[in-house]
Amino acid sequence: MKKFWAWGALVFGLLYFILPLLGMTNFSLKMRRGVYSLDAYAVVLGDPRFQETFTYSVMMALATIAFGVLLVVPTAYWVRLKLPGLRPYVEFITLLPLVIPAIVIVFGYIRLYNTSSWLPLTGSVTGTNILLMFGYSMLALPYMYRAVDTGLRAIDIATLTEAAQSLGAGWMTILARIILPNVLVAVLSGAFLTFAIVIGEFTMAALLNRPAFGPYMQLLGANRAYEPAALAVMSFALTWGCLGLIQLVSRFQKGAQSPA
Amino acid sequence: MSSDSSAAGQPAREPFRLPLHWLGAAPFALFVLLFLIMPTMRIVIGAFQTADGSFTLDNIRGLFTTSILSAYWISIKISVASALLGCLIGFAVASAAVLGGLPKWLRGPLLTFSGVASNFAGVPLAFAFLATLGPLGLVTVFLKTQLGIDLRALGFNILSFWGLTITYLFFQIPLMILIITPALDGLKREWREAAQILGATNTQYWRMVAFPILLPSFLGTFALLFANAFGAVATAMALTGSSLNIVPILLFAQIRGDVLGNPHLGYALAFGMIVVTGIANTIYIWLRARSERWLK
Repeated sequence: MKKFWAWGALVFGLLYFILPLLGMTNFSLKMRRGVYSLDAYAVVLGDPRFQETFTYSVMMALATIAFGVLLVVPTAYWVRLKLPGLRPYVEFITLLPLVIPAIVIVFGYIRLYNTSSWLPLTGSVTGTNILLMFGYSMLALPYMYRAVDTGLRAIDIATLTEAAQSLGAGWMTILARIILPNVLVAVLSGAFLTFAIVIGEFTMAALLNRPAFGPYMQLLGANRAYEPAALAVMSFALTWGCLGLIQLVSRFQKGAQSPA
Repeated sequence: MSSDSSAAGQPAREPFRLPLHWLGAAPFALFVLLFLIMPTMRIVIGAFQTADGSFTLDNIRGLFTTSILSAYWISIKISVASALLGCLIGFAVASAAVLGGLPKWLRGPLLTFSGVASNFAGVPLAFAFLATLGPLGLVTVFLKTQLGIDLRALGFNILSFWGLTITYLFFQIPLMILIITPALDGLKREWREAAQILGATNTQYWRMVAFPILLPSFLGTFALLFANAFGAVATAMALTGSSLNIVPILLFAQIRGDVLGNPHLGYALAFGMIVVTGIANTIYIWLRARSERWLK
């Protein structure tokens, strides 16, 4: 009896998740009347706007990841090593982007960094791109910080630091050649999650008027019928790929550690 | 405070050293200050200012008009409904996998899939549901042609309260599964055995032992899911355009083109969002701290 209910709950859950995936896949293949075809995908992939916005979002994601790693790894390391009393506060701050809706943060950016302010970031294209990258870093901060902090917990950073220092290493060397390689798996998990978040992000890019992939998808959704479904399938595959890579690297880590 | 003791330990050895180690946290502090705290403060302060900068409560008072209040009300209703259903269904699925005697190998894939699905939000999610429950969607057409059930005639519309709630559930349920599974794992077998030795029935064990232990994580996740749905913009925009009057969509339109006719009313609208999600998350953090006491 208990098993029956358990299976029932699981099947219900599975149906709920598989039907929309099935629905979008099915719909994306129906562009040509009467037969299944990949026309919708061909149209999307051939659209120069798709290529532009997708490239733009990939570049933004890579920049966000680079900035996030440069910001989070030294900070998390330093806080654990030298300022352990600050840890609860830093952790609280890194959770704030989950509390304050993205639309509110970007609203603040527009008011604070407009052309007549002391730091007119929205005045130029480069400035707006940088602002958007900072915004994305904010959105990814909770995930990135958590991943890196968990990674740091697993290694003895105090001993590693002292060992490196007694061999004459400076702070840069310690961070780049001792700490980073040791938390690489955690950094990669954070990076893939950041990638998944940035690629599909809509609100910030739309309000800052940048040609990103999220606003493009939204625009296409408002004007076309089958192409959006094809886009949905592709972004699901992309999310799946990112999260799958996280699983893969963490398994790789476990496999590499167990023989040693 | 541990920071005090370590900071006090350092000068004892080197009396004239400046506390330079604080500088290590400076870039992070600067970044957070410039791109999180100050923008948010700008909104909060703006909500209490007139156009020439003097203090006023008129903007907050301006929120209490029929259309804005109804936007908050619909937003809160959708968030509560999707958070509540997300908690219940997620709990059912998670407890089926953890306690229901299902094969062990199901757990890994279930958690992985939940991780993916909880991140599959935004614009594509709306497309997926349009292709499933929209007028020409897979399920809609199937029900109509095979079973003779016309969802439209029954009053269901994907661009409505229930449509949006069902769509949000796609990322709410997996989030619940991800958070509640560790809590369910934390229910120690000894507790059940102890209860049974003392003569408790299964119902009594659930009512008097398991339920009180799980309650904080349950309520806490509810608050998190609530905030999650309340701040979601992209899914709602892509699904309904601007036909549904909810707060994030109203704020989006206000930022784009000042539809309310008063920039400072926009600040107040955003401030209201911070207040609502802030309350929900304070409850979450408080309850999570309580539930973690049992899960060590």
